[in-house]
Amino acid sequence: MKRLLTTALILLPLAAHAVTPGEMLADPALEARARAITGELRCLVCQNQSIDDSDAALAKDLRMLVREKLKEGLGDAQVRDYVHARYGDFVLLRPPLNSGTLLLWAAPALALLAGAGALWSASRRSRQTLATAPLTAEEQARLEALTRRAE
Amino acid sequence: MIVETGHYALVLALALALMQFAVPFVGARISDAALMRVAQPAAIAQFLFIALAYGALTYAHVVSDFSLVNVIENSHSLKPFIYKISGVWGNHEGSMLLWVLVLSLCGALIALFSPAIPDRLRADALAVQGLIGAAFLLFILLTSNPFARMTPAPWEGRDLNPILQDPGLAIHPPLLYLGYVGFSIVFSFAAAALIGGRIDAAWARVVRPWTLFAWIALTLGIAMGSYWAYYTLGWGGFWFWDPVENASLMPWLAGTALLHSAAVMEKREALKVWTIFLSILAFSLSLLGTFLVRSGVLTSVHAFASDPERGVFILAILVFFIGGALTLFAFRAGSLPTGGLFAPISREGALVVNNLLLSASCATVVIGTLYPLALEALTGEKISVGAPFFNTVLIPIALPLAALMPIGQMLPWKRGDLVAALQRLRAAFAIGVLAAAALAAYFGTPLLSIVAAGIAVYLIVGGVSDIAQRMALRTTSILSRLRGVPLSAWGASIAHAGMGLTILGLAAAGWGVENIVAMKPQQTYDVGPYQLAITAITPRNGPNYSEIYAAMDVQKGGATLARIEPAKRFYPARKMARSEAGIVTLGLGQIYAAIGDSHPDGTIDARLYYKPLVTLIWIGALVMAFGGACSLADRRLRIGVARRAAPAALPEAAE
Repeated sequence: MKRLLTTALILLPLAAHAVTPGEMLADPALEARARAITGELRCLVCQNQSIDDSDAALAKDLRMLVREKLKEGLGDAQVRDYVHARYGDFVLLRPPLNSGTLLLWAAPALALLAGAGALWSASRRSRQTLATAPLTAEEQARLEALTRRAE
Repeated sequence: MIVETGHYALVLALALALMQFAVPFVGARISDAALMRVAQPAAIAQFLFIALAYGALTYAHVVSDFSLVNVIENSHSLKPFIYKISGVWGNHEGSMLLWVLVLSLCGALIALFSPAIPDRLRADALAVQGLIGAAFLLFILLTSNPFARMTPAPWEGRDLNPILQDPGLAIHPPLLYLGYVGFSIVFSFAAAALIGGRIDAAWARVVRPWTLFAWIALTLGIAMGSYWAYYTLGWGGFWFWDPVENASLMPWLAGTALLHSAAVMEKREALKVWTIFLSILAFSLSLLGTFLVRSGVLTSVHAFASDPERGVFILAILVFFIGGALTLFAFRAGSLPTGGLFAPISREGALVVNNLLLSASCATVVIGTLYPLALEALTGEKISVGAPFFNTVLIPIALPLAALMPIGQMLPWKRGDLVAALQRLRAAFAIGVLAAAALAAYFGTPLLSIVAAGIAVYLIVGGVSDIAQRMALRTTSILSRLRGVPLSAWGASIAHAGMGLTILGLAAAGWGVENIVAMKPQQTYDVGPYQLAITAITPRNGPNYSEIYAAMDVQKGGATLARIEPAKRFYPARKMARSEAGIVTLGLGQIYAAIGDSHPDGTIDARLYYKPLVTLIWIGALVMAFGGACSLADRRLRIGVARRAAPAALPEAAE
């Protein structure tokens, strides 16, 4: 029974397992490149997981594909382009810069600029209120009365 | 019967919430003190009735009453006791009930601990709080009733999702909700101030303790969630830029900005309009987070059930409250008086820059999270916005912000001297550079880790040296020097140092070592400065699961330092497996191991990690929360809270 249980457990797919030792390339430099690439590719059937982190069968296939292409001698960008061409924008965890994502990539800079602009106009307004607030006749009279008394 | 009582209590709570809204609101309009005072007992009673409903559901879970759909779907008679209790909020209906429980708790807290504030402000704030409560109670009763029965009742339940069967579930959601929903207090006060048209430094003094309270809870909740993800998900990641995580980060960023702008408003009466806006924003982002998680727009571990009807309902609540508050804001903001003036180089100026950078980060997270949804809805194009995007755009904002933090602390109010402030930071800066050099020599690249670690050390030392220099100004004994520095200044320094610790922990992630191998028992494998060896692989039975675990020795130089037991577990009721990582803390770093498939040759796949300084990520969050607590304990801040504080003599504003 215990043995049966052990076998059952071994056969179960596990949520924790992503890259397995068996998949890895012998050349450590090439493997490091593979890891860097797969870390930025999305597992298409998972929730916001890279194929490097996912245990899904599809993620495994993609991991193998990336490694195969690297072994064929393709450069990092070429491998990425190859996967991108096959699976579309959705596979890239770092969205490509195009007309659809321009606003997304510009968002932080735009937010900073808008904030800085709002600050600038607010400070100008407050300086203007300072500069353009002359005393009313009544205030002027009171001021003169006060200074006279002080003298 | 107990269950029906709970259900009925929930309906009564809805009636009370509506009363809590209508009666004091009308009272405040016609200046009827008796009507306004209805708010307090109504808020307390609403909390008690929701607590009763919550207690009834907990009871049903504890006694495994399988006539309740909620219990069938999320419990099992063999489930450990603690998960029977925490399982109450480990599902959609129960977690919404916890949400309104915390919301009504916040209302009761306002009712109990705000004797020093004007009647009208309190009445309006509690009215808004009541309206929010009514909306969510209606949502629960109409679309997510946790008390639905089933006949005939089955003999056994379907058990709780194994990922949720963890002590993390007992702590993470309640803390997170205290944070999320805690901002409702600030929101209600902001709405009340807009309705009443009166906003001054006293308002900021009333609101700041509540902001701090929500911020502390949210900080701890996020940190707890992150550590939970770290040890359960099995590959040692602690933050995934998942939309659900972003949902909690958005109000945190807005809340942090609010904390700082409220300080300016309280001390100098400046930034009033902006502070009100942030008060609305913090809770609006909490609502947006609730919508994203609960509506089924996103599916993840957190979205227990996706149901379009619920999504539309929450969206309606969201639009009503956010839209209503912003309309009110747009209507009133122009007529609000602008406050004190200050030079650009001053504490206020630094806090404005802080707010600019925090708001830009917050906007980036919001846009990054919603962009794929919007793009798909508009053009049908599907894109992914993942960790690489967020890291690329947010690190360039976060690091300068961290570098500016100690400078801001060194600047005086109104008008400051930048050169003098920088001179006071010379030591911190030098230590930061030295630390970066030392770490670079020890760990090496990546460059980002070195730079971030240097900034982190400078931030820690800068925070501490502010306190040290304040104390040096006093010539009396050490003890009175300690007492002389106000607690809120201690709080700021400690919280900033905590942020530094967290950044140091994050920076060190770049120096982690990973070893993915098929391990042979009795053989040692290197992971950073340590060696790991499996001594045995054995099956074992738990209460509602069975597992096989690998007993692993952690060694250094031949001596065994610790034993860890990474395992894979199987939960028969749900036919689900999950991995249980083996973790040991050595110094500030950790050894982390997870096991996978076994092979016929006796080897077993394993992922082994050495994570230097990793615990600092969460220790830093604890320190930040402690800093917040120090600030909260400051006598001068307790004006709105403590009963003893005399309303006539307003204490001096805190730092």
